[in-house]
Amino acid sequence: MTAMAEQTWVAVCAAEAVPRASGVAALLDDGTQVAIFRTEDDRFHGLSNVDPFSGAAVLSRGIVGDAGGVPVVASPVYKQRFDLSTGRCLDADTGDTVCVATYPVRVIDGVVHVGSS
Amino acid sequence: MNRTLVVVGHGMVAHRLVEAVRSDDVDGTWRIVVLGEESRPAYDRVALTSYVDDWDAERLALPGCTYSGDEHVELRLGDPVVSVDRAAKRVTTASGFTQDYDALVLATGSRPFVPPVPGRDLPGCFVYRTITDLDDIRAAVERATDGRGRAAAAVVGGGLLGLEAAKALRDMGLSPHVVELAPRLMPLQVDEGGGSLLRSLITELDVTVHTGTSTDAVEADRGRLVAKLGNGTELDVDLLVFSAGVRPRDDLARDCGLDVGERGGVLVDATCRTSDPDVFAIGECAALEGRVYGLVAPGYSMAEVAAATLLGTPASFPGADTSTKLKLMGVDVASFGDAHATTDGALEVAFNDAVRGTYQKLVVSDDATTLLGGVLVGDASEYNLLRSLVGNPLPAEPAALLAPAGAGDSAVGVDALPAEAQICSCNAVTKGAIVHAVTDQGCDSVGAIKACTRAGTSCGSCVPMLGKLLDACGVEQSRALCEHFAQSRAELFEIVRATRITTFSELIARHGTGAGCAICKPAVASILATLGNGHVLGGEQVTLQDTNDRFLANLQRNGTYSVVPRVPGGEITPDKLIVIGQVAKDFGLYTKITGGQRIDLFGATVDQLPLIWRRLVDAGFESGHAYGKALRTVKSCVGTTWCRYGQQDSVGLAVELELRYRGLRSPHKLKSAVSGCARECAEARSKDFGIIATEQGWNLYVGGNGGAIPRHADLLVSDVDTETLIRIIDRFLMFYVRTADRLQRTAPWVEELDGGLDHLRAVIVDDSLGICAELEEAMAEHVANYRDEWRGVLEDPEKLARFTSFVNAPGTPDPTISFRTEREQPVPVLLGVPEVVSR
Ligand SMILES: Cc1cc2nc3c(=O)[nH]c(=O)nc-3n(C[C@H](O)[C@H](O)[C@H](O)COP(=O)(O)OP(=O)(O)OC[C@H]3O[C@@H](n4cnc5c(N)ncnc54)[C@H](O)[C@@H]3O)c2cc1C
Repeated sequence: MTAMAEQTWVAVCAAEAVPRASGVAALLDDGTQVAIFRTEDDRFHGLSNVDPFSGAAVLSRGIVGDAGGVPVVASPVYKQRFDLSTGRCLDADTGDTVCVATYPVRVIDGVVHVGSS
Repeated sequence: MNRTLVVVGHGMVAHRLVEAVRSDDVDGTWRIVVLGEESRPAYDRVALTSYVDDWDAERLALPGCTYSGDEHVELRLGDPVVSVDRAAKRVTTASGFTQDYDALVLATGSRPFVPPVPGRDLPGCFVYRTITDLDDIRAAVERATDGRGRAAAAVVGGGLLGLEAAKALRDMGLSPHVVELAPRLMPLQVDEGGGSLLRSLITELDVTVHTGTSTDAVEADRGRLVAKLGNGTELDVDLLVFSAGVRPRDDLARDCGLDVGERGGVLVDATCRTSDPDVFAIGECAALEGRVYGLVAPGYSMAEVAAATLLGTPASFPGADTSTKLKLMGVDVASFGDAHATTDGALEVAFNDAVRGTYQKLVVSDDATTLLGGVLVGDASEYNLLRSLVGNPLPAEPAALLAPAGAGDSAVGVDALPAEAQICSCNAVTKGAIVHAVTDQGCDSVGAIKACTRAGTSCGSCVPMLGKLLDACGVEQSRALCEHFAQSRAELFEIVRATRITTFSELIARHGTGAGCAICKPAVASILATLGNGHVLGGEQVTLQDTNDRFLANLQRNGTYSVVPRVPGGEITPDKLIVIGQVAKDFGLYTKITGGQRIDLFGATVDQLPLIWRRLVDAGFESGHAYGKALRTVKSCVGTTWCRYGQQDSVGLAVELELRYRGLRSPHKLKSAVSGCARECAEARSKDFGIIATEQGWNLYVGGNGGAIPRHADLLVSDVDTETLIRIIDRFLMFYVRTADRLQRTAPWVEELDGGLDHLRAVIVDDSLGICAELEEAMAEHVANYRDEWRGVLEDPEKLARFTSFVNAPGTPDPTISFRTEREQPVPVLLGVPEVVSR
C-alpha cells in the first residue's frame, strides 16, 4: 500500500455525487466493483464492493458510521461491519480475520479518483 | 425392576405428578398408567374462562400433556375408573378395562357443588368446570340467541368460580345476573369493605348482582327458565349456571374403604399417603391432615411431595399459601395471609378510596409490628411485595405500604424483604435463591433468572419483582440504543418530539456521541418519519436508511430487490392483476403470492426499480412498504359480501384500516387482519392487531405474531362499533410507536409493559395517563400527511438519480447478477462466496 506512486488512477465521479456518510459503487474497466465511501468529515475510502459473507456486490449500499471512533460500513445483507481504512471485518467469528480489499481514493479538483495497481 | 404406578384423573395436579416422577426417575423404575375421565389430556383449568376468547382448546393444553415419545407413560382418556380393589391392587374402568398397580395415586379433583334447588336438573341448567361444560353453555347461548336477539343468563354463586362463570357469559355477549347467598361477593376472599367496592365495579360491567339471597327454585317456562330467588325476585333466563363452589371427588376412596375427611376429601397425611400405604391422594380431592385446598398451588406441592415419596426420597407438605390474586373482568382482587383477621388481637388498617376505586386492607399483629395478611380490591399492584412480607416485621407504616398506583414506587422496595420471602409462589422460589442466581451464577437479565430458577415462568405476576431484584443487586439492565446513544429508543422518541429536532446530525451532536451506526441511524430515521419530517429519502435522511428503505424495495440474496405494490385488504381488480403480470413479464421478474395477500415481484436491479414503479404508479398502485418497519398489510376474509357465515364487512374494514395506517413508521413491522366472524379465516389473532367480527360489532386483539415465537393476540376490547375500534387502534399504534424498543414487536412490548395488558387497557381504553387525545391527534396528523413514497421519488430527479448501479456507468447492470430458470420462472444463480482473506 505504500507504492502509491505507481498506481494508475481512474476518475469515477464528482465528489458531490457521493453524499456525506454514504457510499456509491464504481465499475472499473476490468469488471472490478469498488465501493467508494465518504465519511461525515469528508474523507474518502475505497473497498471492494463485494460482501464476503453473501457474495453480493452491495457494500456501497451499507450504512456508514463509526465503531469506537473507527469509520465503518455495515453490510446491508447480514450487517457485519468493515473498517473503511483497512477493510477488516469487526464482526467475524472469533478466531477468523476477514478482510475485503481496499482501494486508494483521492479527490482532485472535485473529482473522485480510484487507484488500482 | 419395573413397578406400575396408576394415576386416576388427568387434571392439572396429576400432570404435575407425572412430570415430577418422570424428571427425577432417572432409572425408569416406574411405569406410569394414567386413567382419565375427560376425553382431553390435562389442560389449564385455571385459565378455563379464557377459552371463550377463541374457543381454541389446544391453547389451554398444558405443555407436555400427552407424553408423546415417553414410553414409560401410558395415557388412557375418556374412560373413568369406577372401582378400586385394594386387596388385588387393581382398578377397573367404566369400559371394563382393568389395570394392576404397585402404587395408586388418586387425583380426581372436585365436582361442582350444585345446591339442592328444585328444578336444578332442567335443560338449560349447567355447571362450570370443564371445557365440555363451556361448549355446552356456548351451544345453549347460540340456541337462545337464534332469532331472538340476546340470550339472558344467571349464575348461582358469587364467589371466585361464580364470577369466572359470569365473565365467560359476559365475554359471550350476555349481561348475566349473579346470585350470592352471602351478603357480599367473594365472601371467602374479601371482607365487607372490599365486597362492596367489588360489587360496584362489577355492576358497572353490566352484571346485575343479587347478594344475601338464596335461589329457591328453577322452573321451566315456555322453553325458558324462571329462577325464583329467596327475596322474591324472579329472573327470566335462557340458561342458569351453577358455580357455587366445589366438593372433592372422593367416592372411589369411600367405596374401597379408605378414610375420608370430616368434610369430605380423601384423608392423607403430610406425605400425601392415604390410610392405605400404597395409595396416595393429591390435589383438590385430597384432605391433607383434614383440610381440602381449592387452589392449584397447594395441589402442585402435593404432587411434588407424592412424587418424591414414590422415588424413595420422602418429603412432606410444606404448608400451603392460600393467597389469591385474580383479575375478574378487569378488576383486581387479591387476598393473602390472615385476610379476615382471625389471629388473636389482630388489628386492621383499611383504606377505602372511592375516587380511585380501590379498597385495601392490611391485617397486622396486636403490637402493629408484623404483617399478617390483607385484602386488595381495584389495585393489587403491591400484592407480590405484601404477600412476601407476611409473617415478617413491617418495614414501614402500614399506610406507606399502600402507596397509590402511579405515585412512584411504594415506600418499601424489595430490599425490605427477608431472604426467605417467596417471590414466585407458583414455583416456590425465594428472594434468597434469586439473589444467589444473580450474584453467584451471573444471571444478568430477567430471562436469565427465569431460566436458572424457574421464577416467573408460570403465572408471570412476579416478573416485575425480578427486574427490581436485579436493580437491587446493582445489575444494570442497559436500555442504551447503541454505543452512540445512552438513551433507549423510547427516550429518543420523546427527545425528538419535545425538542422538534429534525436531523440525525443535530440529535447526535446534542444527545449522543460519534458518527452513528447501522443501529441508531435507521432507528432515528424511523422516529423522524413518524413525527412527520417529509420524504424518507429527503436530505440527510437518505443516508440513515437501511438499504431496503433507501431503495424502497427488499434486498435479496444476490443483490437484487423485490417489489410489492400495496393491495389494501387483499382486494384487487382484474385490471390491476393484469398490470402486475405484464410488468413482471416485461422486466423478467419472478412472482410469488405473499402471506399478506399481495404479490411480490423478485429480481429487480436498482436501475429497474424506478422504471417498474413508473408503470405501477401510472396504473394506480402505491408503495406496499414491504421494505419498511411500518404497517405491512391488513389481511381479510371475504366477510358479509360473499360469505354465508360472515357477520360484518371484513374486507371493507380491512381496506379502511390499511389505507389509514399505510406508511406509518414503527419500531418493527406491523401486521393486521380482519375476520368477518369467529371462524377467523383471516388469522387475525396471529397479528399485531387483529379484528374479529361479532354479532354486535368488533373484537380487537393485540400483541400477536407468527414467526419464530408465535403468539396469539390478546383480547383488548369487545363488541365495539367501527368508530370506537378505529379510535382505540389509533391510540394503540401511537402508544406502541412512542414507547417500544427498537425492533421490539407488539407482543414482547405488551409483555414487558409494567402491568402488561391491563396497563395497556388502562392507558388506551380508560385513558389513565390522560394521553389519549394526544395519541389520536398524532395519528390524525399521520393520516393527513401521508404521501406515496414511490410517487415522491418519481417526481424528484435528485432522488431518482440515486437509483443507479454504478456512479460511473449508470444503466450498466451489475455483472455479478444472473438468473436461471426454475419451474418456468427466473431465479438467482447463486453467487460463489469469494474466499475471505484470513491472516
Ligand atoms: C373457572 C375456574 C377458575 C379457577 N381459578 C383458579 C385460580 O385463579 N387460582 C387457583 O389456584 N385455582 C383456580 N381454580 C382451581 C383449579 O383449577 C384447581 O385447583 C385445579 O384444577 C385442581 O387440580 P386437580 O388436578 O386436583 O383437579 P382437576 O383439574 O379437576 O382434575 C381432576 C381430573 O380427574 C378426572 N377424574 C375425576 N374422577 C375420575 C375417575 N374416577 N377416573 C378418571 N378420572 C377422573 C376429572 O375428570 C378431571 O379431569 C379454578 C377453577 C376453575 C374451574
